[in-house]
Amino acid sequence: MALLQISEPGQAPDPHQRRIAVGIDLGTTHSLVASVRNGVAECLPDDQGRVLLPSVVRYLDKERRQIGFDAVAARAQDPSNTITSVKRLMGRGLADVTHRAAMSYAIGGGDGGMVQVHTAAGDKSPVEISAEILATLRYRAEDTFDDELYGAVITVPAYFDEGQRQATKDAAQLAGLNVLRLISEPTAAAIAYGLDNASEGVYAVYDLGGGTLDISILRLTQGVFEVIATGGDSALGGDDYDHALADFVLAQSGVQTASETDKAAVLVAARAAKEALTDADTVTFAADVGGQPLRFALQRAQFDAATKVLTDRTLAAVRKALRDAKLKADDLQGIVLVGGSTRMPQVREAVAQFFGREPLVNLNPDEVVALGAAIQANQLAGNNGAGELLLLDVIPLSLGLETMGGLVERIVPRNQTIPTAMAQDFTTYQDGQTALALHVVQGERDLVADCRSLARFTLRGIPPMAAGAARIRVTFTVDADGLLSVSAKEQASGVEASVTVKPSYGLSDDQIATMLQESFSTAQQDMQARALVEARVDAERMLLATKSALDADGDLLDAQERTAIDASMSALRLSAQGNDAAAIEAATKALAEITEPFAAQRMNAGIARALSGRKVESL
Amino acid sequence: MCWRFFIAMNLNDTDFELFAVPATFAQDRAALDARWKELQREAHPDRFAAQGAAAQRVAMQWSVRINEAYQRLKDPVRRASYICELHGAPVNAENNTAMPPDFLMQQMEWREALDEVEDIAALERLQAEVDAGRARALSSLDWLIDEKGDYPAAAQQVRALMFIERFGHDVEAKSDQLGQ
Repeated sequence: MALLQISEPGQAPDPHQRRIAVGIDLGTTHSLVASVRNGVAECLPDDQGRVLLPSVVRYLDKERRQIGFDAVAARAQDPSNTITSVKRLMGRGLADVTHRAAMSYAIGGGDGGMVQVHTAAGDKSPVEISAEILATLRYRAEDTFDDELYGAVITVPAYFDEGQRQATKDAAQLAGLNVLRLISEPTAAAIAYGLDNASEGVYAVYDLGGGTLDISILRLTQGVFEVIATGGDSALGGDDYDHALADFVLAQSGVQTASETDKAAVLVAARAAKEALTDADTVTFAADVGGQPLRFALQRAQFDAATKVLTDRTLAAVRKALRDAKLKADDLQGIVLVGGSTRMPQVREAVAQFFGREPLVNLNPDEVVALGAAIQANQLAGNNGAGELLLLDVIPLSLGLETMGGLVERIVPRNQTIPTAMAQDFTTYQDGQTALALHVVQGERDLVADCRSLARFTLRGIPPMAAGAARIRVTFTVDADGLLSVSAKEQASGVEASVTVKPSYGLSDDQIATMLQESFSTAQQDMQARALVEARVDAERMLLATKSALDADGDLLDAQERTAIDASMSALRLSAQGNDAAAIEAATKALAEITEPFAAQRMNAGIARALSGRKVESL
Repeated sequence: MCWRFFIAMNLNDTDFELFAVPATFAQDRAALDARWKELQREAHPDRFAAQGAAAQRVAMQWSVRINEAYQRLKDPVRRASYICELHGAPVNAENNTAMPPDFLMQQMEWREALDEVEDIAALERLQAEVDAGRARALSSLDWLIDEKGDYPAAAQQVRALMFIERFGHDVEAKSDQLGQ
């Protein structure tokens, strides 16, 4: 398939085989699924017409669970089994969780350092809980289209580290979704706005969700979205405004909470008051605490004052992102507000004042992220014939290696456009040293202890030399998905070692397999049947693409190469008539491999055309 | 197997050849930006996202190479360093730290000034001085490379600029401390 698209980028091999791809906004408070239908991105509603799915899962017992609105309705009575804001626990160890006291459910440490939530159905990892939400959205989409999904683009806060991203991918896999890409929420919002408004210029996206703040600075030119800088705070969001308001009311009224139920009731009331204050200047804060009614007349000014420290923290993050982008507030063409928390008047005012202009709010802040993700999903599924959109994303956090004394040597600085490969030379520090331990870390701090540990591996077999004589080149490669692989090579002897980074808070493939069997017991036979259909479709696409490529540029090959490709095509045709999915996949792979140099040559020609096109223009 | 030769040649093209711009220090930043996007439009792995692993690998190689060239071309110090290296006068910043005495004197004065800074106004004055020093060094690079073709002298100037940039980072860090 590679081959066909190289001559005509973006054109789907067969317009009749449209692939169903969705964008999913897996939010702290709400989640949504959207898809491009008839050229327009739209959010998919549930059977009652609601597009928002509250990101809440309630475990009733071992078997039964409620997801979404039903779980929300039960929250006040059953707080300890009703899991809200699970996104804040994704990819986190127990030590990372700073808001434990404010949570209405109990957590503990689990295998591999991952947080576990104690529920009536036993200990559940945040990955499993998120998978319930994702699976609900997957079923909604499959019901809407009455078909299986090809894949999904899932959004994450720009500030998510590798561990948090991996946990999100694991949850998607557990929910039976093929992840086409994780993209950052502000970027998705910019895609939705950019295509909607056909805007050009530099934009800031201020995304204040339930649990996270994301700031991204993007440049939009001719359909290319270039992320210039990202920043934010992965532990600051609307929830914190609820907590601050609850604390303020409790302190003012001298009431104390005695139980988890009290805490949950006060938080629910705080959230309701916060939302009411978007339109009203005064509201009554009402909750039952310990069986006693708590009533408090609340003014918006009090709420603003009680949360000013939070709003100021968001502006500090904006300032930092602008500095990373080497821009000033008045260099921007517009400010996009995303996330339900940007409905709060004090936030809008603070942002407008900071930038000296009114922010853009014409798209629904709850939906805009899912819409942008759907547009990118459609593109990545190969459905977008025109291929107008290209996203040039960056890595959000620096990647480096531990060096002597627990210090970090930065190899790939944050905000570097991906894909990228960067190398640095290291040496041995002892005479006769034959091995070098490499510790890969992520973060902006100088001490390893303050960064997130991603992976460790060892380069062995270095020939004994004097200290400092060996030259070991360490290369960090980050692909377009933001996935990191690290390789080390001693230059004189050629010994090598490498690792693909799978952060420690992710799940192992075995764990995912086990969970898949346990919670989504898809019949073995169904899975095999599906695998066979998919393998045949892929084989057919590959054959078609190879044929068009040969028709167009077959004269680039010599006779021997042509014979080899023809033989491989025949082998694939034969194998596709059989019922062995693995054999078909292997034959497809073999054809892909044998045609790769041909694909490379055609791609090369494409770039050469771009070069010559440019020369004509500049004459 | 003629095509293998073409691929090798193109991936090993200089940054200037890849971007089809003159191999000079002076560059039009807007043209580089536009060219970068044009190339990524052709080669980015997302353009071939549904097309299998083989196309992904090839696209990734190109895309990485284009990003590498762009990063180097758009940054004047890295660009100058690259030109010096292409002309056999590598900068070797790690091994070669010998600088003229008057330059070192000025660096020491700046360091002292930074240590004594107590308010934003003083820091901004220092920042302006550093910016002016950087601009002077860049315009002298322009002359040394594009007019005189004196690459060893340009390499020396690049090393000086590296000192100035490092100091610039320290000024930024101080600015953080002072809460700006």
